[in-house]
Amino acid sequence: MKAIETHTLTKYYGEVRGIDSVSLSVREGEFFGFIGPNGAGKSTLIRTLLGLISPTSGTAEIFGRDIVECRIDNLREIGYLPAEADFWSGMKVRDVLRFSAKMRGLNCDSEAEELAKRLDLDMDRRVSELSLGNKKKVGIVCALQHRPRLYILDEPTSGLDPLIQQEFFAILKERNDEGATVFLSSHVLSEIKKYCRSAGIIRGGRLVLLDTVENLAHTGVKKVSVKGASAAPQILGIEDVRIDSDQLTFLYSGEVKELLRALSELEVSDVNISDPELDEIFMNYYVREAE
Amino acid sequence: MKFTLFLHEIRRNKLSLIIWSVALSWMLGICVFIYPEMQSQMGDLGAMFSDMGSFTEAFGMDTLNFGEFMGYFGVEIGNTLGLGGALLAGIVGITALSKEERDGTAELLLTMPVTRRRIVAEKLMFAAFHVIVVNLACVLVSTLAILAIGVEADAGKIALIFVANLIAQLEITAITFGLSALFSGNTIGIGIGVSFGLYFLNILSNLADGLEFIGKITPFGYANSGYIIENAKIEILPVIIGVLLGGLGVALAFTKYTKKDIKN
Repeated sequence: MKAIETHTLTKYYGEVRGIDSVSLSVREGEFFGFIGPNGAGKSTLIRTLLGLISPTSGTAEIFGRDIVECRIDNLREIGYLPAEADFWSGMKVRDVLRFSAKMRGLNCDSEAEELAKRLDLDMDRRVSELSLGNKKKVGIVCALQHRPRLYILDEPTSGLDPLIQQEFFAILKERNDEGATVFLSSHVLSEIKKYCRSAGIIRGGRLVLLDTVENLAHTGVKKVSVKGASAAPQILGIEDVRIDSDQLTFLYSGEVKELLRALSELEVSDVNISDPELDEIFMNYYVREAE
Repeated sequence: MKFTLFLHEIRRNKLSLIIWSVALSWMLGICVFIYPEMQSQMGDLGAMFSDMGSFTEAFGMDTLNFGEFMGYFGVEIGNTLGLGGALLAGIVGITALSKEERDGTAELLLTMPVTRRRIVAEKLMFAAFHVIVVNLACVLVSTLAILAIGVEADAGKIALIFVANLIAQLEITAITFGLSALFSGNTIGIGIGVSFGLYFLNILSNLADGLEFIGKITPFGYANSGYIIENAKIEILPVIIGVLLGGLGVALAFTKYTKKDIKN
């Protein structure tokens, strides 16, 4: 069963590109990370899936149901945390959470209490008095208290301190172990690497990579550091060349034999060939976006 | 059928409900209370008021006898409940839907498993409720004030004046509610603009020859105390036009808001 499936989903705001022909699929039970720089289209995709904005073209399903036709059925099974959301001023945290549950026809008091305790959130404060981080916690409890089948979390950890982040991911992990699907967007790479099983990279509105985090980390790309040489070898498959004092670093994808032959022709005093860190692979995509 | 959003709106807008109710009803109450004082000092004032030419006409006072309580009440209600109520209606209507986007709460509200149609319906219910509550407070306070000063008043005509004003305000609420679906951000100016715009259109139609038809399409045309006191009825054609315009506003809200791209 697919939790999320999109088919050439496209959203333009007038002339402005939001997302462009995104075809993505996320299995049920997956812990999925959606990565991309600011403005790449992460929120646009999420907001389209939730029906906050309507797609310009293309279709998408959540648990096999169309996002437009079956929006309400879908929303019933989704817990959504917006990247930036505010609450109704004047209300207490407890009242916001109750209202949110009631709109679902549920009473989630005990679940909310439990989550608030774990996230260190005072339920009797007024939402208008809360700091950014505490507002985020209210959003998290809103998204989690009804124990949905699918969590859609847009940059969930921004504003949270490291201890709370850890607890938050622990809760997500538990929910995921119980079978729920987690779909989170982030530009914090270490987060994705640590918690997600698969990931997609979006840049310029297009999905450029979709794989398991493990495969992404072993793409056959090698990170090569060379001392002594002044320029990278002139062979195909070399990218992201950096020169740092006497050290030359680059990423190489291709035949290792080819690389070794090319290196042997250079003035090399030291060489180190390793698998790149996941961060570096992602950074590579980020940088290409910037170019 | 639980009206969760409607109840939520009441809870959130308690203060607004109280302030508007108290402000408008007390203004009316005070007007009634000072009537005996006014009357004793009135003398030629009544004649003066009815003899200010186009000014009298502009505010629809040409048909009212300021020297009698009903005439006095008719003018005062036009100035307080007429204009104040229009302002209330404009603000309540225009902010109903748009404020969720302005306050950053739309994102949460519209991802709850409730249809947009339902959200529009409950918001509309609350907007109407807000206006009705304030009007009931006005009816209550002015009735008590009239009883307190023991003046002779025509209950039937007073009731008609209140009903006409309520219909007028509901019409403005419905029109601005429709506009509320189109805009996001700070929209209060638009609401106030619509209310005042309609008000001045009515003044214009009172003043200029050949523009009387405009009076028929503004709610202030049929919420005209002078006509009601003179004829003991509400002019029906402008009310029908008003209901149609209000209906258009509501239809606009339902069709536009259900398809709207929500800003974040």
